Amino acid sequence: MRVPAATGYLLWIPPRAYPYPSRDPVSTSVGRNVPRKDGIPKVTGAALYVDDLRFPGMLYGRTIRSTISRGRITSIRFDFDTAGFTIVQAGDVPGDRCNYVALLEDDQPFLAAHQINHQAEPILLLAHEDRDVLNAAKVEIEYERDIPVMDAQASPVVFKEIRIRKGDVERAMETAEVIVEGTYRTGHQEHVYIETNGVIAVPEADGGMTVHGSLQCPYYVHKALKALLDLPDERVRVVQTETGGGFGGKEEYPSVIAGHAALLARKSGHPVKMVYDREEDMVATTKRHPSVIRHRTGLTRDGRLVAMDIDVLLDGGAYVTLSPVVLSRGCIHAAGPYRCEHVRTVGRAVMTNTPPNGAFRGFGAPQTQFAMEVHMERIAEALGMDPVRLRDINALRPGDTTATGQRMGDDCSALEVLRTAVERSDFHRKRAEYAGTGKGIGLSLFYHGSGFTGSGEVHLKSKVALEAREDGVRVLVASAEIGQGTRTMLAQIAADALGVPYEEVEPVQPDTAQVPDSGPTVASRTCMVVGGILQKCAQEMREKIGMMTPQEYARLHGPLLVTRQYEKPHDITWNDTEYTGDAYATYGWGCDVAEVELDPVTYEVRPLRVTVVHEIGKAIHPLLVEGQIEGGTAQGVGWALNEHVVMRDGAMANAQLTNYTIPTTLDTPRLDVVILENPSSYGPFGAKGVGEMPIDGPAPAVINAIRHLGLDVRDIPAIPEAVMEVACASR
Amino acid sequence: MRFTLNGAPAEVEAPPMKRLLDVLREECALTGSKEGCGEGECGACTVLVDGMPVVSCLVPFAQVRDAEVVTIEGLGGTHPLQKAFAELGGAQCGICTPGMIMAAVALGPDPGFEEIRRGLAGNLCRCTGYEAIYRAVQGASA
Ligand code: FES
Ligand code: FES
Repeated sequence: MRVPAATGYLLWIPPRAYPYPSRDPVSTSVGRNVPRKDGIPKVTGAALYVDDLRFPGMLYGRTIRSTISRGRITSIRFDFDTAGFTIVQAGDVPGDRCNYVALLEDDQPFLAAHQINHQAEPILLLAHEDRDVLNAAKVEIEYERDIPVMDAQASPVVFKEIRIRKGDVERAMETAEVIVEGTYRTGHQEHVYIETNGVIAVPEADGGMTVHGSLQCPYYVHKALKALLDLPDERVRVVQTETGGGFGGKEEYPSVIAGHAALLARKSGHPVKMVYDREEDMVATTKRHPSVIRHRTGLTRDGRLVAMDIDVLLDGGAYVTLSPVVLSRGCIHAAGPYRCEHVRTVGRAVMTNTPPNGAFRGFGAPQTQFAMEVHMERIAEALGMDPVRLRDINALRPGDTTATGQRMGDDCSALEVLRTAVERSDFHRKRAEYAGTGKGIGLSLFYHGSGFTGSGEVHLKSKVALEAREDGVRVLVASAEIGQGTRTMLAQIAADALGVPYEEVEPVQPDTAQVPDSGPTVASRTCMVVGGILQKCAQEMREKIGMMTPQEYARLHGPLLVTRQYEKPHDITWNDTEYTGDAYATYGWGCDVAEVELDPVTYEVRPLRVTVVHEIGKAIHPLLVEGQIEGGTAQGVGWALNEHVVMRDGAMANAQLTNYTIPTTLDTPRLDVVILENPSSYGPFGAKGVGEMPIDGPAPAVINAIRHLGLDVRDIPAIPEAVMEVACASR
Repeated sequence: MRFTLNGAPAEVEAPPMKRLLDVLREECALTGSKEGCGEGECGACTVLVDGMPVVSCLVPFAQVRDAEVVTIEGLGGTHPLQKAFAELGGAQCGICTPGMIMAAVALGPDPGFEEIRRGLAGNLCRCTGYEAIYRAVQGASA
């Protein structure tokens, strides 16, 4: 028996068939659900994750962490027999400058020497061959405490400020007939990849270091290890093992754990495995930035946006990590997919004495679009207007400009996703039908820029290589398979661009000794940007090999390697200082409709169904796309309703899956996904980014559905206690 | 200690209180069963003991004396559920997959939708939003 198909593919373009081999790009695998490259090993248990690997002579590593939020270390005492242990402290790191995790700012030490800036900050490292002996070791650390900064709104340290200015907000606001204001808050969110962070560092005979690990960005770790160990490029090797989920949580953090394992491996001369248990992973690693976002919006009485004044505050935690970039994407998306001539967005990412926050799917855009979409719903309420109509009037259309002044092309699909979702979910009928019952329905309209922001891709200079060999074609990229289907999708693009069967193309395991730096696996860039460069490699290879198959060519002439670098499309311009121009080459568009039910006794909000319409350019592999959309939507619903990080004294107090609950089958609504295709000229086969957008929409749609029940919820997570408080206050 | 492992008699020396999960992964070199939490919450370590799904991170080794233990490796790679999970998007990152498939095996043939939903409620998946898993479980008995 099969489930009735929940998914509709509209605007479906049937694959074109070309004779093989051919100089023309063929389309025999793109658009089809070819078998996943990693499918069989994953369903048989044969796929090897880092904790499945063992090396001869391997030790286990452990991190001793601070138990205060701010202060200085005054003494360290080892309450165990140190024989047989390897112990690393800050003083063991080669030079002063080396003890910083190389990323954007040199502010986060691998190991705290004196100063402590957050709970669970790493202070020293232990390794031992016996895990039980290792875990039994007790270290007493005494501190002199300082008063920590816990409230982002009162933080004296600003990591980054961003200003976006379009038109003249103050003057325009004076002409507005209606002004609506509001403040919206979102909490931390923990990634909860089911495989925790883990690495194995293996010291090499030549003084080099190899790290095998669960990670998204091999070259980020490579860069961090070179700086830490003071080694040249070729002496550091980073190999990505099968990775059990990332969602941004294995973007920058693996540099820290890899550094720790490498320090222990270097000192002991043995391979060292470090795999966090769930509690350590939750307490010590990065989370989604909490936000406080204020809106002041001027409108005409008939619902046209006149002026938008937006203030974005992100809690960065104790160190900078990627906060400036998260803030940047957040601010660019803050005005939502709407046209307005006068927009001012001021964003700040600030320091608090809590563990650093970092990359998480959506990267700031879910926070700011949550605020925007809940605010839109309140505007509709204030105007007494249908929420669909308000969005319809103001949605970006081709020819309109965003807050950064980017002019929308024909691949702008805000209206299409809105209208499709409204129709598909039968929004208006249900809206009327649910009124006064315990059910509610709400929607959200959103968009998501594909690839790095602004000139990010230019600075990255990503490289991709394709190799023709006697046994087939190899894709050489640093892009990691973390479940999203990278290997499959890239093989499809290469196969079709080259005109060879999908089965003959194999991406190699990301290993810095083998693959070029094609940039990090983040920002919904792997398909559009890396895939785009790969497509060019394949086209160049086809030029070179003529009518031969790659295998025939390799047999005659030896292996052929084609390497290409990112080239900026000439018609894209971005001004980094003014924050104006084309923030992204293209955008995906989405509309979610959520239906919920409120338990009048427990105040638990049960999500029943989410209709999800995404326009993503071209679905290279519809099944994988659908998987990204469904998974991201569930994660967004969890962020809205279930996932509550309780911070006590600056540390996560509920660091267990028992207490921090992600959606189970019973908490996840049924998902009805519709994929629309409106090709972008910048992506391979018209593809845009997919991975992140699904998490932008669910939270505001769910909260707007709760609003339909008459509850003025503006903050997430809307856990029962919070909903009850709102319900009681409004009595 | 003797027990049956994936259909064959097994004799393994390990401390009786050692977690079954560790015995399988470390003594028996069967690394298909995964650890996601170590506290019985995620189901990544699910195996069958005498046909019932258990979270092997909470089971002391002593408890499987003379019992029949089946892990993902015991399905041999040709089980309809394995095929359906691979083909229908039931496995993304794959870390929950072995446990999820074992829990699905325990549902028996041709389970109804609500049976699937309840039967898999102890297995967390962060990647799929579960829809593809439902499709796979239902597709396996199609
Ligand atoms: S590891 Fe056993 S239930 Fe999570
Ligand atoms: S496939 Fe990644 S957790 Fe289920």
